[in-house]
Amino acid sequence: MSRSDGMTNVLWLQGASCGGCTMSILESGASGWFDELRQFGINLLWHPSVSEETGEEAVEVLQSVLDGDVPLDLLLLEGSVARGPNDSGRFNMLAGTGRSVYRWMLDLAPRADYVVAVGSCAAYGGVPAAGINPTDAVGLQFEGTESGGALGAGFRSRLGLPVINIAGCAPHPGWMMETILALTAKDLSATDLDGYGRPKFIANHLAHHGCSRNEFYEFKASAETMSERGCLMEHLGCKATQAVGDCNQRSWNGGGSCTKGGYACIACTSPGFEGAQNFLETAKLAGIPVGLPTDMPKAWFVALAALSKSATPRRVRLNATADHVVVPPGRPTGKRTP
Amino acid sequence: MTRITIGPFNRVEGDLEVRLDVEGGRVARAEVTAPLYRGFEQILEGRPPLDALALAPRICGICSVSQSVAAAVALRHAMAIDAAPNGLLATNIAHAAENAADHLTHFYIFFMPDFAREAYAAHPWHEATRERFAATRGSASRDALPARARLLETMGIIAGKWPHSLAFQPGGTTRAIDLGERVRLFSIAAAFRSFLERIVFADTLDNVLAISTAEELDRWRDGRGGDFSHFLRLADVLSLSELGKGPGLLMSYGAYHGAEGELFPRGLFGPRAMIEPLPLAQITEDVSHAWMRDSSADPAHSTTVPDPDKASAYSWCKAPRLSGQPIEVGAIARQTVAGQPLINDLVGAGGTNVRNRVIARLIELARIALAMEQWTRALKLSEPFCNPSQAMPDGPYVGLVEAARGSLGHWMAVRDGKIERYQIIAPTTWNFSPRDSFDIGGPLEQALVGTDVGDAGPRAVAIQHIVRSFDPCMVCTAH
Repeated sequence: MSRSDGMTNVLWLQGASCGGCTMSILESGASGWFDELRQFGINLLWHPSVSEETGEEAVEVLQSVLDGDVPLDLLLLEGSVARGPNDSGRFNMLAGTGRSVYRWMLDLAPRADYVVAVGSCAAYGGVPAAGINPTDAVGLQFEGTESGGALGAGFRSRLGLPVINIAGCAPHPGWMMETILALTAKDLSATDLDGYGRPKFIANHLAHHGCSRNEFYEFKASAETMSERGCLMEHLGCKATQAVGDCNQRSWNGGGSCTKGGYACIACTSPGFEGAQNFLETAKLAGIPVGLPTDMPKAWFVALAALSKSATPRRVRLNATADHVVVPPGRPTGKRTP
Repeated sequence: MTRITIGPFNRVEGDLEVRLDVEGGRVARAEVTAPLYRGFEQILEGRPPLDALALAPRICGICSVSQSVAAAVALRHAMAIDAAPNGLLATNIAHAAENAADHLTHFYIFFMPDFAREAYAAHPWHEATRERFAATRGSASRDALPARARLLETMGIIAGKWPHSLAFQPGGTTRAIDLGERVRLFSIAAAFRSFLERIVFADTLDNVLAISTAEELDRWRDGRGGDFSHFLRLADVLSLSELGKGPGLLMSYGAYHGAEGELFPRGLFGPRAMIEPLPLAQITEDVSHAWMRDSSADPAHSTTVPDPDKASAYSWCKAPRLSGQPIEVGAIARQTVAGQPLINDLVGAGGTNVRNRVIARLIELARIALAMEQWTRALKLSEPFCNPSQAMPDGPYVGLVEAARGSLGHWMAVRDGKIERYQIIAPTTWNFSPRDSFDIGGPLEQALVGTDVGDAGPRAVAIQHIVRSFDPCMVCTAH
């Protein structure tokens, strides 16, 4: 369907969601998210948290897309697809429609030029899929690490792409807006996605890259309890060396990140992250962390760790287990002499 | 009698359906449905207790810190430890930032756009209101969203990120604040105060908080700019004080804990219109109209198991009651129990209603903004922010906090180092509860009865105002 107005129609729905992805994207844009969308010619057909249309008016918008009367460029889902009980989707009915979000997504997805999973829930199932997965929650095209999910492994949107997965819990507002805008510009193709459907401009980095605790990591100078300044990998559960994302190359809420905030990366961009237990404790085998950098021979890692631990400067060693800097950088004694 | 269904009821956090029986143009009966169930209580069972710090915040993207803090308080009780005083202060600052951001989001993004609807096009005030508050197009969002984002930079300093942080621990917070960061926190608080004084109130916070009666508020409003006055004028023209009256009882668990107690105290605004101690042991949950199997009524002993085919049910939300009564929670309850003079005057005269709920939220914003500055000043930068965690003996533990939308409780039973049971009663579980086994409706269900919908049926804008005046968080409601 051709577009005469040059606008990009975007429909945002929420499934088994906490709404946190929306809360995150509302931080986007110097003059607000709505202004930013307008600047890029994006017409938000409907969004459950921000649109005027409610009740019947909202159902009319959805129906017009379903009937093909309104072309749909981007279909975004935030939250997992709750398929239960017994594949009925009744754990997550779209209010006022008598139909489940599961059913709505099956019907709407083939109408969209692109389908985007916003956040790890919509991408892989996420937190609602943890434990006994009470609602049979899955992602749009993945069930944890297995492809499939609600739409099936073979699904392709009208422009031939699989579901684009903006992983993260919640994702950085930039991850969402940059993906949306790249799609608006038709500037993102299947080769720009990694094996889990994540845009490579995000997923080609590790959360570890740019970590402000890097010097502690280099020397394996580790924090032992919460709020200490040292590396969080050895004892406190940090998975940043295995989790994708340019988390520490961006600023979150004006300057933060998980590791800057003093707690472990829990790999929220990874399918199945919710299945872990003891998030703030490092799983170890014979005293060695189980989760080591994936592309490094374990023996080398252990040897290097032993070497770097033995070479750790006193400053780094002492600061690692303190919550304030106790030994500043520089020479042991001041240069200023009377 | 006609039955109308309104859904998807949007511009609330999460999913909501409302069904009304209308007789002679008035609502005779209302049923409120939480149409989403995710099963967090089931997900938490059998896990190590500290996992609640990673999973509970993910119940809710808009009050994630509240969920974190409720879990951390329950765990703190379980460990029988005190939090570091700095950790309590930092928690208060971050929690206040979230609650204030939520109040802003509610006012500007969820609630006010309804006055820009076409239904009001014939009114002389409509053009200015539409220009200012129309959903996604009004000029107000260009002020409010950047102010909200700037306020949430508090999280970048204290909590790493928002939503969903692991910074809130039983022993305090995970990041010691240094001098430069304290100055940045002051700078954020100052920017927030400036936004409130320029855009929201068009007056100083001190002057706003000096208003202590309805008459003073009327005088203060006349001729004043700012979005609060804009709302107050609409509230008068549209008689919003006559809309959506709550059932009467109000509760607060107490908010912003510190060494000298709470900023907003715990209590019950009871049947004698006096502040009374809160009988916490009298909190129960009824599942007669929820798609849930019967369990203990006591949240310390109950479990959550869905029963999707239960014939008498119409919501995934259980019905919490205090001494058998439905209770309204939120900023209006918090400020009434705290004895805030203006709110006491308004509630004393007209109870809770659409106008008073919104006024209470904005008055609370002013109080929070001042408190954030005081807590930031009180940080002792050379002292610890987090005390170590300890082992947890078996037992039942409770974490009670006030989220933006009201009283939030986590009831956690620990056995052999695992979570045996976990029960959550969230603010909107109280406000949007379904009927109980005595067929008594929840606060919203009662507030909707008698509303004049005229010929508009499901498009009646009065219903929109009433429902959104509670600022529901539906993702928390059934969790």
